Amino acid sequence: MSNANSSGVLTGSHYLDGDHACSEGAIAAGCRFAAGYPITPSTEVVERIAARFPRVGGRFLQFEDELGASIALLGGAWGGAKAMTVTSGPGFSLMMEHIGYAAITETPCVYINVQRAGPSTGLPTQPAQGDMMQARFGSHGDYRLIALCPNSPQECFDLTVEAFNLAEEFRVPVLVMLDEVVGHMTEKVVIPPAGEIPVSPRRWTKKAPGEFKLFEPAEGSLVPEMTMPGEGHQIHVTGLTHDERGYPNMTIAAHEKMQRRLFDKIVLNADRIVKWEEKDLAGAEVVVVSYGITSRVAEKAIQAAKEKGVKVGSFRLITAWPFPEKQILEMSTKVKAFVVPELNLGQMSLEIERVVGGRCKTVGVPHVGGTVHKPEVILNAILEAVR
Amino acid sequence: MGPTEIKIGGLGGQGVILGGIIIGKAAALFDQKHSCLTQAFGPEARGSACSAQVVVDSNPILYPYVHNPHLMVAMSQDAFVKFSPELRPDGTLLIEEDLVKPTGLPSTVKVYAVPATRIAEELGKKMVLNIVMVGFFTAVTGLVSEQAAREAVKDSVPPATIDLNMKAFERGYAYGKQLMAAKA
Repeated sequence: MSNANSSGVLTGSHYLDGDHACSEGAIAAGCRFAAGYPITPSTEVVERIAARFPRVGGRFLQFEDELGASIALLGGAWGGAKAMTVTSGPGFSLMMEHIGYAAITETPCVYINVQRAGPSTGLPTQPAQGDMMQARFGSHGDYRLIALCPNSPQECFDLTVEAFNLAEEFRVPVLVMLDEVVGHMTEKVVIPPAGEIPVSPRRWTKKAPGEFKLFEPAEGSLVPEMTMPGEGHQIHVTGLTHDERGYPNMTIAAHEKMQRRLFDKIVLNADRIVKWEEKDLAGAEVVVVSYGITSRVAEKAIQAAKEKGVKVGSFRLITAWPFPEKQILEMSTKVKAFVVPELNLGQMSLEIERVVGGRCKTVGVPHVGGTVHKPEVILNAILEAVR
Repeated sequence: MGPTEIKIGGLGGQGVILGGIIIGKAAALFDQKHSCLTQAFGPEARGSACSAQVVVDSNPILYPYVHNPHLMVAMSQDAFVKFSPELRPDGTLLIEEDLVKPTGLPSTVKVYAVPATRIAEELGKKMVLNIVMVGFFTAVTGLVSEQAAREAVKDSVPPATIDLNMKAFERGYAYGKQLMAAKA
């Protein structure tokens, strides 16, 4: 860590695991407040944060449980810091209420979830991708947020930076959904010079106290600005349905207005948010849709299928939510089938099925987790799907 | 040439994972190859069986797990018993010779032994046995270059212990070179 410059960015080539790469991504993105309750397999993220923060002017607080951590995180964000928490499995479940609170209060913040096999305590040290629907719908009520899925330590760094940027741009909680394999695997991670890492600052209002409304979208945007505490603005933040000033308003009209905008700011900006990686889609008869560690196992199966002469492409979800509906829909008119391996018994495959609407086959390749697929299982699904 | 799979097994506290990290780092950062390390460990901090799995390739690595290693390092008898059935019949096994008594191996497996713990003790610190083993591994397998391995050791140990660790590396490397020369 000797080459860290004053911004705290650890520029250079490193051999890091995915968890540690998330920590470095957070620091590079300007995160200076983290609240946590360590839990396997995410512990390494906060361990490194706890070691690194004192050197870069950050504050890490360990709480009595995940409830304390996930609400303190939101306090940190309203206090003016870029803030995050890190968890897994049961901890992610405990944090659900506060993810909803972050959504309705439009608090920019980042939740990192290193997925392990569940439900409940499940297999604490083993991988799964079983929280994908929970990431979307885990908190009560209805809302939209952003969830990203890295498939390597390098991408853990890159997407954690991206998560903070999206959180600021859309005033929304952003989830970074690792799986245990990606979190614990160690590979080369290249961290660029600080000046070459795009970092979105918080959008502080220039309006005077009295003029500024905390929940009124900025001009030409669906997203409101924020204000730094202590600068004279009197603000009110509540989990109740509220008006543009943040005051509770229990009318259906106020609820309609608030809810629609919370939806629209994500859904109508999907083109700006959604990222994916595609390979060999032109002329493909089958497209494998995957994410996280499964995308790398699938790639091995795809290579084997190509050697057998199958025209197979791949589409890797980098953004899981909002879902790349447009891209999947377009492909569905051209291919025979989507093959969807994932470390759960069918979650993102449900969404693909919904979008596809019967235009082509959707072949799930479910796996209970605890380890990754055998590439041959995915290969067989590809061969079956192309028939 | 496809990926080379390596498994390093031993007891928690022997520096098994750090040994794996150094080999992986040598390949990925200093030899300009690709490498991916995964690890398995028990809930105990010390004394449980643990292993590091490293894949080294000239191409980017897709599948991260190791099922049938080409190269295996066993630093405890438990690790040998548990992991040696996974070793390829034409594979290479490196052992800590005072702690591992290999039995039941196919005759096609090449076995190289080093008294890593004794050498570390001679250097005054048993803890560096893993670095002795990394030196031995570098000399015997040639998978990572000597220069890359040295850089990776320096980059991975606490600054105050670099001299000691480099001595440990030298001793393991020299032992391996001698052994290879004697076998040639």
